[in-house]
Amino acid sequence: MKPLRLRNLTPQVALIPTWAIVIFAYIGTIVWTIRISFTNSGILPRYDFVGWKQYDRLFHSQRWSISVENLAIFGVLFIVGCLVLGFLLAVFLDQRIKGESWFRTIFLYPYAMSFIVTGLVWAWIMNPTLGIQRAVENWGWTSFTFNWLSRGDRAIYLLVIAGVWQAAGLVMAILLAGLRGVDEDIWKAARVDGIPAWRVYLSIVIPMLSSMFVTAIVLLAIAVVKLYDLVVAMTGGGPGISTEVPAKFVIDYLFNRQNIALATAAASVMFVAVLVVLGPWLYSQYFRKGRGAQ
Amino acid sequence: MSHQENARGPKPKRLTSSRIGIYAFLVIAAAFFLLPFYVMVVTSLKGMPEILKGNIFALPEKPTFEPWVIAWAKACTGVNCDGIRVGVINSFKIMIPSTFVSILLGAINGYALSFWRPKGGNVIFAILLLGAFIPYQVYLYPLVRMLSQVGLYNTLPGIIAVHTIFGLPVMTLLFRNYYVAVPIDLFKAARVDGGGFWTIFFRLMIPMSGPILVVAAILQVTGIWNDFLFGLIFAGRDNLPMTVELNNIVNTTTGTKAYDVNMAATILTAMVPLIVYFVSGRWFVRGIAAGAVKG
Repeated sequence: MKPLRLRNLTPQVALIPTWAIVIFAYIGTIVWTIRISFTNSGILPRYDFVGWKQYDRLFHSQRWSISVENLAIFGVLFIVGCLVLGFLLAVFLDQRIKGESWFRTIFLYPYAMSFIVTGLVWAWIMNPTLGIQRAVENWGWTSFTFNWLSRGDRAIYLLVIAGVWQAAGLVMAILLAGLRGVDEDIWKAARVDGIPAWRVYLSIVIPMLSSMFVTAIVLLAIAVVKLYDLVVAMTGGGPGISTEVPAKFVIDYLFNRQNIALATAAASVMFVAVLVVLGPWLYSQYFRKGRGAQ
Repeated sequence: MSHQENARGPKPKRLTSSRIGIYAFLVIAAAFFLLPFYVMVVTSLKGMPEILKGNIFALPEKPTFEPWVIAWAKACTGVNCDGIRVGVINSFKIMIPSTFVSILLGAINGYALSFWRPKGGNVIFAILLLGAFIPYQVYLYPLVRMLSQVGLYNTLPGIIAVHTIFGLPVMTLLFRNYYVAVPIDLFKAARVDGGGFWTIFFRLMIPMSGPILVVAAILQVTGIWNDFLFGLIFAGRDNLPMTVELNNIVNTTTGTKAYDVNMAATILTAMVPLIVYFVSGRWFVRGIAAGAVKG
């Protein structure tokens, strides 16, 4: 029999790669990024210390404020749009529908595809010269205009449409699983009392599904903060800088504009913002209930 | 009595009209979801002269597979005109090892954390969990520096390492939650029989992990195939995955845009995850549910 100490060492050895990843790739990179954000680095990192200078520049940058504003517009409309459409789809699918699995498959397939694919297809459909606008004109409605893709004040809403198209099915799938778990007796009781179905959904079912709504919102919110591919594929941040987003701001300044100090300052702001919003929720979700500790 | 019958009378009628409304809503929604796919397919089968007429929704008058051939073998990204097939091969070269390594590592983590409870296990778990939510932008630059320090930046092993690193949180969570539900007595019995860490893992745990392995594979295959950001930054010029090549073909070519070729290339890029989706069916939904656990 092997000595006890040696045997207990094996799991620690097995976790060495993970420890290395956690220490270097997660913690180390974050510390390093924050450190660079307090320097004057340009194309290469320098390790001087200039205080909050980069943050000051960041918050005075028009490109950054447009990015943040776009993220807010996209975030709110995208999350609300996905929740409303996804909930409606789930409710309507839950009415003993013929061909339910067909509908489910159709509603969820965009979620399997890349944001690049989604962005390129929608950019083509919305193409100001050959897309919807031209098709409707050819059908005889000659005054029809739909050139939002080339309009700085509207292009962001097209990103929302494409995003909702891709992710509404996810909400549908999550909520449908929840609806299937709703007790049949609730419906019987409601029928006996003569309560209309929409009322039951609003006052009883939605509160029952609240944890699933939270799950969906968190998943969508992660997608919002990471929003990058869709913008690159669909608008490239344009027209002008009207559809820039924070994630793209960081990548552009890191790799194309060679200002890594400003880029890391922006990344640090994103990091802190996510931490502030998600921290308490994550804590209550995984650690207060003792699930993390088993 | 008759009053009650009257009250009952309209009910089926109202019910049928509401049934019609339900189906109408679902059919319209289905049309909205299918429209982009339809447009992709018909555009890819038209020639450019037909596309320039501007009927984006019309069926092709003379269907042609020429755009598909060009997209596959001749479409240009900058100076290279080898089509998207290069990206397909690269994507497979990235996706297969990344999927394998990240699942293996995730399974080991889940197993070690739920049965052996090593010192610091909760710390690992907490950091990975948090790491899954943090925007990638905060990791990118130092990771580029670290990888170039060890000569892995812009190489195939480098991009595989990156996918493994960022796949680890979800994979660990997935397997940990799966193994937590395995009766601890089973593990204890194996220990009494003299099974060590690796013996129990490979002989007992892996064979009973079928369902979760399928879910993990679906998540990783589609996720890694659809990745754009990591491929763009870490893969290097010779290993660009299909999504990056596709975006280059569509968005950075100069001259007249070949929308037919673009859409053919787009469908080709969407093909692998779509096949996974249609073949896996309910497993894909389970993957979402499992991924949702993280959120």
